[in-house]
Amino acid sequence: MTTLLERGATAATTPRRQAAKRTGGRRVGSHLFLIALVLYFVLPLWFLIVGSTKDTAGLFSGAAGPLFFDDEFHLFDNIAQLFTQDGGIYWRWLGNSFLYALSGGVGATVLAVLAGYGFAKYRFRGRDASFALLLGSVMVPVTALVIPTFVLLSNFGLLNTIWAVILPSLLSPFGVYLMRVYASEAVADEILDAARVDGAGELRTFFTVALPLLKPAIVTVLLLSIVGTWNNYFLPLAVLSNTQLLPVTVGLGNWQASSTAGAAGEQVWNLVVTGSLVSIVPLILSFLFLQRYWQGGLSLGSLK
Amino acid sequence: MTQALAAQPVRTKRRSASAIDRRRQRWGWLFVAPFAVVFLTFLIAPLGYAFWLSLQTKTLAFGTQFTWFQNYAKAFSDPQFLEGVGRVLLFAVVLIPIQMLVSLAAALVLDTLTTKLARFSRLMIFVPYAIPVVIGALMWGFLYSPRFGPAQSLFEVFGLDAPLFLDPSNVFGSLVNVVTWQWAGYYMIIIYAALRGIDPEIYEAARIDGASGWQTALRIKVPMISSALVLILVFALIGTMQFFTEPQILRSIAAGSIDAAYTPNIYAYTLAFSYSQYNYASAISFALGLVVFIASYIFLFLTRKRSGLG
Repeated sequence: MTTLLERGATAATTPRRQAAKRTGGRRVGSHLFLIALVLYFVLPLWFLIVGSTKDTAGLFSGAAGPLFFDDEFHLFDNIAQLFTQDGGIYWRWLGNSFLYALSGGVGATVLAVLAGYGFAKYRFRGRDASFALLLGSVMVPVTALVIPTFVLLSNFGLLNTIWAVILPSLLSPFGVYLMRVYASEAVADEILDAARVDGAGELRTFFTVALPLLKPAIVTVLLLSIVGTWNNYFLPLAVLSNTQLLPVTVGLGNWQASSTAGAAGEQVWNLVVTGSLVSIVPLILSFLFLQRYWQGGLSLGSLK
Repeated sequence: MTQALAAQPVRTKRRSASAIDRRRQRWGWLFVAPFAVVFLTFLIAPLGYAFWLSLQTKTLAFGTQFTWFQNYAKAFSDPQFLEGVGRVLLFAVVLIPIQMLVSLAAALVLDTLTTKLARFSRLMIFVPYAIPVVIGALMWGFLYSPRFGPAQSLFEVFGLDAPLFLDPSNVFGSLVNVVTWQWAGYYMIIIYAALRGIDPEIYEAARIDGASGWQTALRIKVPMISSALVLILVFALIGTMQFFTEPQILRSIAAGSIDAAYTPNIYAYTLAFSYSQYNYASAISFALGLVVFIASYIFLFLTRKRSGLG
């Protein structure tokens, strides 16, 4: 396992090769293939963009069909309705998602950086055994933990609090693994020793010498954990029943379910569509703007 | 695992085990401690607790009793659980090759191109990763819906009736499509990154030897990134066996096709949260975890030679 991952990591950290002259005659074919792929991957997004401009009636029987804009334009009405439906609970959900993703993501990253550095740069007793346990846990299916976590949290009276989502999100064995691999390569023992000789304590050495060197890996782990928490569905679905605390994923799922169930007042298809679109905008934008970081970063881990 | 640990870079200089040094090594524990607390609380403890719960049975007549492995015996003879396990295994067999093929083909093509369109495509193919699985499933649910999906109008062009994507006979394929769409871009980026890590001089040598683009791709590039491929496969395997969110979301619009035991995770969820059978649900989760664990280790073991590792 380690060998595999390490190879991926080293392969990727070698300097990006220069744009060597690439030969290949099927340029046109390749581009057509890519266009077909792009159409496929963008299709649901396109539907969402078009759909968010329609009201519920338009979604069912728009004159232009589901894949094109109608004459009527309801996007702003829909967004306004997101503010009024159930007292604007949608924005509460979105805020919750931000809270959970940021606190869970930042917390998991802090723990992973500390632990990864500890594993990489110290030879304390029980290190190898603990790390082997950690590696094994990467394979434990996360969902197998949801039910016992639910029961444990309920024993501590933490169900239906924000901690029920945030605390379990702090766990990121894969993040620790990544940090260890990266730290053992990026932080040379000699630099640490030099700092110690200069009289810096262990903490000071960590913060002033090691931490700056770990920056690329920190960005990656942070991104992976934020996306992971933002995406989380099973855990909040199980541990939260107070609608005020739901993240946007679970909230929208509930709206969709109640719309399907069909009580006339609950038909909020237009809100499900518009709400979905609004909720994915922040993540898509941050991926577009942070391209430089994650493209380098994902190769670092070679996988999640 | 032992082998893997042995592969850790060996320190050439062993430091002298002076007292200062030994005291310093204790700092290692301090750095690891915060994570260790979370690890024990939210991984080891729930796992242990799930196992303990799974060994008990709660009945109205006798209360909670310690029944050892009775729940497991029940699980492995429970047709609903077994059917679910069979289904996720089938998903793994069908889904993973499709997913790999799409992402590998995309990555290989992107690796040969440096045009603006190629860069744009790379981003667009990756976009689904930034979309939560729930939203992805919701979007495809709309597209599949005979009421407001575009399928009917598309098929009418050819004078055909659109297939009912959410019918019991089609829902399997529809789910395969959703998952492929969701994850292929992410895998593509990882494979692409691995491909960029190959030394281009190798291609030069291949070109001089007269290798075609296809030959370079299949005989040089693919074998050189095999370790990245194996790992993606393992993670895809683990993910597929835990299939939950997509079928759970599509269930509400395709209730007839996806039942409450469609996958083992949905079954466990239903048992725990609809019927309060936490003991049996824990046994199901634990049994599934065990199956996943064993399956991924077998897989890693089988592919170790092939990928030239180990």
